[in-house]
Amino acid sequence: MLLDKTGGAVADEWRHLADDENAPEGEAVTVSLARWERDHNALKSRDAKLGLRLPNTANPVALNGEVHRFALIALEFPRFNDGRAYSQARLLRARLGYKGALRATGDVLRDQLLFMLRAGFDGFEVDGVRAKAEDWAKAFGEFDVFYQPAEDNRPWVMRQRFPA
Amino acid sequence: MYRYDEFDRRFLDERVAQFRGQVARRLAGQLSEDEFRPLRLMNGLYLQLHAYMLRVSIPYGTLSSAQLRGLAHVARRYDRGYGHFTTRQNIQYNWIKLAETPDLLADLAKVEMHGIQTSGNSFRNITTDPFAGVTAEEIEDPRPWCEIIRQWSILHPEFSFLPRKFKIAVSAATEHDRAAVKMHDLGLYIRRNAEGDVGFQVLIGGGLGRTPYLGLVLREFLPKRDLLAYLEAALRVYNQYGRRDNIFKARVKILVHSLGIEKMRAEVEAEFAAMSKDKLELPEAAVAAIRAQFSPPPYADAAGDDAILQRLTAAEPAFARWVKYNTHAHRQPGHAIVCISLKPPGKPPGDCSAAQMELIADLAEELSHAEIRVTHEQNLVLPHVRKAALYDLWRRLAAAGLASANIGLASDIIACPGLDYCGLATARSIPIAQVLGERLAAREEAIGKLAIKISGCINACGHHHVGHIGILGLDKNGEEFYQITIGGSDDEHAAIGAITGPAVAAKDVPEAVDKLIDTYIGLRQNGERFPETYRRVGMSPFKEALYAAR
Repeated sequence: MLLDKTGGAVADEWRHLADDENAPEGEAVTVSLARWERDHNALKSRDAKLGLRLPNTANPVALNGEVHRFALIALEFPRFNDGRAYSQARLLRARLGYKGALRATGDVLRDQLLFMLRAGFDGFEVDGVRAKAEDWAKAFGEFDVFYQPAEDNRPWVMRQRFPA
Repeated sequence: MYRYDEFDRRFLDERVAQFRGQVARRLAGQLSEDEFRPLRLMNGLYLQLHAYMLRVSIPYGTLSSAQLRGLAHVARRYDRGYGHFTTRQNIQYNWIKLAETPDLLADLAKVEMHGIQTSGNSFRNITTDPFAGVTAEEIEDPRPWCEIIRQWSILHPEFSFLPRKFKIAVSAATEHDRAAVKMHDLGLYIRRNAEGDVGFQVLIGGGLGRTPYLGLVLREFLPKRDLLAYLEAALRVYNQYGRRDNIFKARVKILVHSLGIEKMRAEVEAEFAAMSKDKLELPEAAVAAIRAQFSPPPYADAAGDDAILQRLTAAEPAFARWVKYNTHAHRQPGHAIVCISLKPPGKPPGDCSAAQMELIADLAEELSHAEIRVTHEQNLVLPHVRKAALYDLWRRLAAAGLASANIGLASDIIACPGLDYCGLATARSIPIAQVLGERLAAREEAIGKLAIKISGCINACGHHHVGHIGILGLDKNGEEFYQITIGGSDDEHAAIGAITGPAVAAKDVPEAVDKLIDTYIGLRQNGERFPETYRRVGMSPFKEALYAAR
């Protein structure tokens, strides 16, 4: 199940393509980094939205120059406590100025949702069974005081106390 | 002292409400123990051998009287009437019930306290010199910087799931390091550069545990305005490249020592150069406002106090001894920094009853501008006491069993909770500390300054690696054995101790320690402390004394 920035369920137009699967005409697909590196010429010439699945061991800065080709970048949390993708997300947003969709995949749990949102994610693939039992939207509203500037537009306390 | 403003208070209320929801979801079975574990850990709640343990954060070891009374209330209402001060300048409660923790945390929030990030793989409590702001040997007060880092590190959206925990210490003292800065994942020494500007020397990669390392210099001089941006750069490198395949190799020290400090520095500096720093630059007014909260209290004119104190110490030797070992020079004339020993020989190191906490809170209010500090040696400090008030203070402490005159001496032992409480321990620590404390107390003045540190397992919460004499509890086929290291030090001459030889059985530890001390006394020259003698003469005489007759 896919959630948006408000925690509401939304339709998912994206198909995650396996490395040996042909890209269907006109359909929005994501490919792995390996596939992108191998087939980028063919993928660039398609007339449809393209997304990239980045493993959490990849340095996103290496995508500089290409990053704007992607309408979606999916980052993975193999386990909720493997936090590498938080840094990847911030590098994509702040360093590379990536404006497309940024999706959290893998072990995406309610209690990490707000961290992800603040790090720059705007889509969350969550477990469908679990999703029904949880009130995801609530997770976004649990705090309204933040102690750091990040990739969302929430103000941080130092600036709230002393506006520039 | 830093007092919460409306933002801090709102944040903490929100955090308490969030945890109340998480506990409710756990008790209702919506969260498995596996899923709940990291959530409770982020609030300082561990599951130990007999019960839940709650670790409460004491930011940079500073407490107000009201906060210490709050801690006493928690000990009485939710625990068995006592708490345990730790080597992290925090306090732990060992007998907590899960269902009561939301109310407990709500009570703590009333005195601006919490257990956030006292566990988990994120920033831990920021620590500093317990004499910060009152010692004369300081470039400036480090506490405003501790507070700035504390705030920035709360629920950080990028660094809450690091490879492993991350500990930061700050010190501004120029002669003594009372904050064990080199034993931290990241250490900051406030220093003045050749141009006269004040900034930070940044160290990285220190830590104890099963692979002890001292921190290495990452940046010789960092301007103050860049502090948070530079920390973010260093943490981003660690978050991306720190090992996650093996929990025992996940601390930043392993990354630093496998990459080499030059490569680590190149990575951090490259990140720092590329990142946008403007966002993290602190408004001048914000720094000034935080600094203002740490301005000195209104000291009384105490010009005549030295003479009064001299008269009283001359009249009463027991008081004189306490003044000698438990008080330190204060920057303000006629005042003293007072250490309250939580190491009465024969008692568990660092334990404090609710009644004792309340007494200390009252004494602090009356005699120390309502301020208390916690040291990483598990003692307490009254940072602003007039010398003329010391005698009264000493008598009232003595009546509560709090006047042990042993700060820095052999019975001032650091020990982790060990197998009496801890789920990780392989042997007991507290009984060893109790036996050694009682045995050594009688001759500790003759021995002089001596740091004995005991850990009940390889994780080294008792800092055994940096004890002059370090004792590590091990399990050998169900029996408790203790490995002894010597020559360690956690101060400005920081060093990792060396292993003397095969571990000894629990019953043989006191005799072994006696032999090491006798050897030291026999060999020391010109007032050398234990590690200095060890460095001069080497291991052999100690080894011989320990193992020759066996």
